[in-house]
Amino acid sequence: MTGTPAPAAQAPASAGDGAPLLEARHVSKYFGSVIALRDVSLQVHAGEVTCVLGDNGAGKSSLIKTLSGVFPPDEGEILVDGQPIRFSGPREARAHGIATVFQDLATVPMMSVWRNFFLGQEPTRSFGPVRFLDQGRAKDVMRVEMAKMGINVSDPNQYVGTLSGGERQAVAISRAVYFGARVLILDEPTSALGVRQSGIVLRYVLQARDMGRGVILITHNPHHAYPVGDRFVLLKLGQVMGSFTKDQIDVAQLTQMMAGGEELAQLSHELQRVSGDLPAARAAAQALAEDAARTV
Amino acid sequence: MDVSTPTMPAEPGAGQNDRVVTARAVTRVFRRPEVGAALAAVAIFLIFALDPVSQPLWLSQAGLVGWLTQAWQFGIMAVPVGLLMIGGEFDLSAGVMTGSTAILTGLLANGFGWNIWLCIAVSAVFAVLVGLFNGILVVRTKLPSFIVTLATFFILRGTSVGLVEALNANSTVVTVLNPPAGADSARAIFGGTVGASPAYPVALIWWLVATILGMILLSRTTVGNWIFAAGGEPNAARNVGVPVGATKVLLFVLTALGAWLVGTIQFTAGLSAVSEQGVGYELYYIVAAVVGGCLLTGGYGSVLGSSIGAAIIGMALQGVIYARWPSQWGFAFLGILLLFGVIVNAVTFRQAQRARR
Repeated sequence: MTGTPAPAAQAPASAGDGAPLLEARHVSKYFGSVIALRDVSLQVHAGEVTCVLGDNGAGKSSLIKTLSGVFPPDEGEILVDGQPIRFSGPREARAHGIATVFQDLATVPMMSVWRNFFLGQEPTRSFGPVRFLDQGRAKDVMRVEMAKMGINVSDPNQYVGTLSGGERQAVAISRAVYFGARVLILDEPTSALGVRQSGIVLRYVLQARDMGRGVILITHNPHHAYPVGDRFVLLKLGQVMGSFTKDQIDVAQLTQMMAGGEELAQLSHELQRVSGDLPAARAAAQALAEDAARTV
Repeated sequence: MDVSTPTMPAEPGAGQNDRVVTARAVTRVFRRPEVGAALAAVAIFLIFALDPVSQPLWLSQAGLVGWLTQAWQFGIMAVPVGLLMIGGEFDLSAGVMTGSTAILTGLLANGFGWNIWLCIAVSAVFAVLVGLFNGILVVRTKLPSFIVTLATFFILRGTSVGLVEALNANSTVVTVLNPPAGADSARAIFGGTVGASPAYPVALIWWLVATILGMILLSRTTVGNWIFAAGGEPNAARNVGVPVGATKVLLFVLTALGAWLVGTIQFTAGLSAVSEQGVGYELYYIVAAVVGGCLLTGGYGSVLGSSIGAAIIGMALQGVIYARWPSQWGFAFLGILLLFGVIVNAVTFRQAQRARR
């Protein structure tokens, strides 16, 4: 992992030829008798954001791990640039330009911004047989790359732990972009953040998209997904409940599908039965029923 | 505000910003992990310089050599132990290893009459193997290094007594009576002294070299980056391709080699070694590293600080003798320093962790 890192000059190369940068075709994954994923298909193109939406236990993290090479699919295939591929591990997926940014495991809080940025791919300079960190270059490159994301880092020695959650995500995203990521898989980048910080992170997503990268945004929040997404894949219990492009669906429908229309109807009946004469409960049940009706 | 986002208006009032910057420059100095140790070292030096009983000896060269001779034994080890702690691990076998390597060198010299340099080299190989054993066991089993190296500690301690008694006519002291070839040159390099009155131990140079090499390794090399990451957030480090396991194994090997260096210095000084030599010293190394600003939980610390921590221990233990205080006061001193160090570290850690969400 030593040596001079290669900037991602060639990154958006395959944008034009039409094949998705990364595609999953009919992927299934089983853990014993548990079905983690069944017949899941999705694709992400260069300069596009594909959002994967699902509640807890929908199979989002199994999907991430399959796409990022942590484990192979039991059925179906993964394609990079239209070519089927079987990753031997996360390292090989990274070598193919697929970078995963995990929510809380992206940066080391007690290390400075520049050390984090180059962690694992440090630029070095040789003095005779010994190789030293090229700190000057590392700090310069980091500043430039962070500026591309719209962040002005005045002190590269600042600990990442003192940054806001959104800014920490930005460090991880711009690092991945710099080191040649063509596809960014972002695991719940906004789930731990407040409204304003979430907005900042979503802007970085768009920034990465505009640089010609493909982004897979995993989230349970349709209001975060809809404004930035081009395609939406809804996961539930390991299966795709629906797959849409942006012009096929609006944010209200997306929210309804996420919540599950039929289940809302069922919940409304339950409430009605339990509530009896309580007016507040009846009102809630009524509202749920209307919601459900609108979905179906 | 260090990182600003473009949608936000520029900070109002440049003068206010300047004030923030100056305040930060000061706090940044105080946040360096070794600063607390440096201040404590000055304070302790002044205590014994001002105490009328210890003052004459304390300010003489002989007095200086006295506490430095205590300090280097902790100092050479504080460097790798500090690095290991920053990497998130402990080595409780580090103390006994100084004795085990010295004994092994002595047994080889006595038993085979080899050139002393060959015996020292074999001891070095042994040290590397013990380091690999500790490191690989910790990394593979994912058990706390505290427990794994505690086991190694007892194994080495038992073996170095049992084996020595079996091979050495029931004595736990290994003395090389007929100095083999190379004894003089090895003493000059490791266990010798420079000057006559007072005689400065050559070991002080080794301490200095170890400290400088350790500082370069930690802050100027790729491996140093990995050490911080391996101790700070190993999963994040793995996610970006840092060989966390290999880094930790390397640190265990460096610690064992540090113990080998100390053992070799002690052995070549008098061509003798005693079983259980160095037992209990592992705690001093840890005290030195913690007082020097290394975080017990890893991810943060300083090599220079660890070395200063070792100097503090040397001053405290020797100073109370010069001052003719009961020697227990030296330990009380260390206890207070340790508490002080841990609290300072905890505060630093919390400040660095404080995030604006």
